[in-house]
Amino acid sequence: MKLITSVIKPFKLEDVREALAEAGVQGMTVTEVKGFGRQKGHTELYRGAEYSVDFVPKTKIEAAVPDALVEAAVEAIVGVASTGSIGDGKVFVSDLVQATRIRTGETGDQAL
Amino acid sequence: MLNNIFSRSRAAVFLVLAALIPGMAVAQVDSGDTAWMMTSTALVLFMTIPGLSLFYAGMVRAKNALSVMMQCFTICCLMTVLWVLYVYSLAFGDGSDYVGGLGKAFMAGVGVDAVSGTIPETVFSMFQLTFAIITPALIVGAFAERMKFSAMLWFMAIWVSVVYAPIAHWVWGGGWLGNMGVLDFAGGTVVHINAGIAGLVAAIVMGKRRGYPQLPMKPSNLVLTMVGAAMLWVGWFGFNAGSELAADGVAGMAMAVTQIATAAAALTWMLAEWKSHGKPSALGLVSGAVAGLVAITPASGFVGPMGALAIGIASGLGCYLAVVKVKRAFGYDDSLDAFGVHGVGGVIGAILTGVFADAGLGGAGLDVSIASQVGTQLVGIAATIIYCGVVSFIILKVLDNIIGLRVSEQDEQVGLDLVLHDEQGYNLNLGS
Repeated sequence: MKLITSVIKPFKLEDVREALAEAGVQGMTVTEVKGFGRQKGHTELYRGAEYSVDFVPKTKIEAAVPDALVEAAVEAIVGVASTGSIGDGKVFVSDLVQATRIRTGETGDQAL
Repeated sequence: MLNNIFSRSRAAVFLVLAALIPGMAVAQVDSGDTAWMMTSTALVLFMTIPGLSLFYAGMVRAKNALSVMMQCFTICCLMTVLWVLYVYSLAFGDGSDYVGGLGKAFMAGVGVDAVSGTIPETVFSMFQLTFAIITPALIVGAFAERMKFSAMLWFMAIWVSVVYAPIAHWVWGGGWLGNMGVLDFAGGTVVHINAGIAGLVAAIVMGKRRGYPQLPMKPSNLVLTMVGAAMLWVGWFGFNAGSELAADGVAGMAMAVTQIATAAAALTWMLAEWKSHGKPSALGLVSGAVAGLVAITPASGFVGPMGALAIGIASGLGCYLAVVKVKRAFGYDDSLDAFGVHGVGGVIGAILTGVFADAGLGGAGLDVSIASQVGTQLVGIAATIIYCGVVSFIILKVLDNIIGLRVSEQDEQVGLDLVLHDEQGYNLNLGS
């Protein structure tokens, strides 16, 4: 089992959800986050007071998938979340030690 | 207002005098005037609650949004009570050149049959009350996000008694500025310069918000600010056209010039920002609109459409420079620009009233030359700035020594909503 954590541009969320569902991913957790990478922040101006916003709003998607699905899932995310411009985000894959479905007590791939 | 009536028609003077002198009440109530003035009273109240409250609440940080709305609403209640106890009498009762007497304290003589001009005195009194409500509420913008609620209440109660009431009397209550010929149709001096100067003094006496200007202090909700500004614009028809105290041609022109100056000022501020920063902003647009509303206020019964256009452009640019450049240069923290918009816009409007009231420039006409009228306007401006500035300073210093004006540093960081009121304006977290 792997945990796929992707940080994407917020307006790409629907596309990524659809692509992951098509790739066979059964569920995901979505969080609104802020952060920065190589993309610079932006500035805001209120009556002459200029504030630089270093942390850019992003959407974080976490999906736990069986090993067999990892490659297809990552490809699906990268395929639809890319705009070609700086700030498209990242996809991280990490090992997942244990998963349990709370309702039934199933564990491992069965729980995903 | 009253000054306008004195200058316009002897019949009106007689009617006002008749209403002021017991036993001479021969004046007749005009139903059309009365209907318009009751509507205007509601419109001006609408400017403060909800208009100004929303305008301000959207500009402060989320943790203080409720506190400024509560300050405006409480001021509305407190001023109403003080008004009927003695402030109405100090402002509009018979008295000296400098302050009214206590003859109308506790609303003495203001019964069902009391008449002021062509409207019931109850309506006149309530209309004037709405001005005494919005003027202190405007000051809230200068010290927002850091003043103790209790200190705010003390300050406002004393300020309306010893600053607002006398100055209203000077200009509209038969006092020395009105008699001298100062033109202030709807309150450029009494309301806006007065509130702007008190705000500036308060901002300087209290000091900056913690972290200003390094810390980002982003407006919590500019949608509310735009809604509030739109309400101010609508309500301002009652403020300016209502200040004629009648439904007539002057009121009609006051309404027209209010619309024209506001639109011109909003576009001017927007374009100035667009040119200097590269993008037009919503906050700039509505700030310009308020600047135009302020500047046309003293002029509204005296100038024509093209004069209004000029006043709008001048105030849009002047207030933009005051807010964006001057405030930054001097470093004081007038949180929501009560001085930058109302003080500066009020001065621009008061001066230009003396110019564009001239018949040659499309106005209703002056009894004296433009230069002479502008000189008179400057006396009105200077008197208001000096008296309001000095007395506001004294009130604030005394209160600071007795009860303290500011919340603690920690309370300021947590936010006034929670610390002062045990509430939060926004409870948007999921599941709570």
